[in-house]
Amino acid sequence: MKDISPLDRILLLITGILAGYQVVAGISGKPTMVLVAYTVAFGVLLVAGLLMIIMGFSVLDAPLVVVISSLIPLGMSLGLVGEYLPPLREVYLAFTILGLGSILYTRYTSSRITKVLVLAIVHGISGLLIFLLPLILSLRGITPARFALVGLGGGLIGIGGLLLSFQRAGKPVLPRDTILSLLPGLLLLMTALFVIGFSGG
Amino acid sequence: MIRKLQRWISDQGSKFLSLIKSLQTGLLLITGLAGFSSAKCPYINFTTLLALTGSLFLAISGSTVLNMWYDRDLDAKMKRTKCRPLPSGDVTPGETLRLGLTLSIIGVGWSLLIDPLYGLVVFAGLFFDVIVYTILLKRHTAWSIVWGGVSGGMPILAGRVLGVGHVDWVGVALAAGVLLWIPTHIMTFSMRYFEDYQRAGIPTFPSTYGYQTTRIMIAISSVLAALTMGAAAYGVGMTVGYLRILIILSAGLLYLAISSTSRPSEQLNYGLFKYASLYMLSAMLLMIVDMM
Repeated sequence: MKDISPLDRILLLITGILAGYQVVAGISGKPTMVLVAYTVAFGVLLVAGLLMIIMGFSVLDAPLVVVISSLIPLGMSLGLVGEYLPPLREVYLAFTILGLGSILYTRYTSSRITKVLVLAIVHGISGLLIFLLPLILSLRGITPARFALVGLGGGLIGIGGLLLSFQRAGKPVLPRDTILSLLPGLLLLMTALFVIGFSGG
Repeated sequence: MIRKLQRWISDQGSKFLSLIKSLQTGLLLITGLAGFSSAKCPYINFTTLLALTGSLFLAISGSTVLNMWYDRDLDAKMKRTKCRPLPSGDVTPGETLRLGLTLSIIGVGWSLLIDPLYGLVVFAGLFFDVIVYTILLKRHTAWSIVWGGVSGGMPILAGRVLGVGHVDWVGVALAAGVLLWIPTHIMTFSMRYFEDYQRAGIPTFPSTYGYQTTRIMIAISSVLAALTMGAAAYGVGMTVGYLRILIILSAGLLYLAISSTSRPSEQLNYGLFKYASLYMLSAMLLMIVDMM
């Protein structure tokens, strides 16, 4: 497996600091459910960054990583829906719980194809929401143009999440080392886009 | 002549600096500063802060040097510590004892001059660390780490006492947070260097109760440390944003501690050791930054 380099560690540290900043200062004053959802998403980013800095990329081999990493897109999309599509809040909360439960359940019980299918559905829907909702809101002038950056971050998280999840599920799209080489930069770019984008939300 | 003197001073400095265990001393000092910061205005001023830093640094360094002096025979038996200045012969036991006593006396004396109650807590830290933990218990029982934990909690309590002027429940909770965190720190370490500790004949939790029981103890101590630290942070009046970060970091600690019981590995154990140190440092820095 690819060893983590000093540059990777620096990128992950900046990612963690940005995620921490967002939790402290970037999401205050939002409704409780939205706050919890964003806190979980950015919290997982922060802790994941720290664990990779300490333990290297091998931490990604832990059985629960697929489940825990799903909290990032699920938390982020739940926060966005709760904030900007309040009528759908309960329905999407149910999807989030069901999606997470399904990923957890299929991890230990189902065939590879079922695992990949469940992951693709959950990541696909949440990723599309994070990608499209901010773009639509910005284009309609409901939020400042800068908020569209959250959508770009969502696009990146969708790509990164799918690449890692397929790789973990045993159906790699790219070689593992290539994914790991891209991961720290991708995480930093994504987090930076979220932080800048949310400052205009 | 001047160059020779400079080189001598530099050599002596680096030898004695390594007796202080700079990382451990630094972390304990930061807990003291966090305890002081937790008191908030109007008690904090620059002169007091400087006096706290100086006195606490000297007292912590003094007790560390005294521990090194007393444990020199054990250090010589362990691979990890046999290159320390005392077992390797870079400094003599007499020099080390003199240094330890000087630092301790100045540190505690200065603390007592700043504030008698603060000085008493600093002295209690030194007493529990050197006398109770190192001299009386460390070679006889694995439970000595509880007293090591008590002494580890004294700098943060001392800082709090200096800030508020008395011992309050928040100060005790902060100290308890450190006390409950210390088993995670020490037990993961004693598993990593199991053979070293065996060679030196030091009883540890893994050698007395086995690895699995130790892992469960680590998980329990991590849960209790996170809960206590959270309660203390709430009592301090930490702002909600910083409290959220503390909860996230605590969740990371619990994840690693529980994973280490269900899926034990050397890598996870060492990861938990490192993360626990980072957790404590972060919790303290959050407290300091939030109160500024």
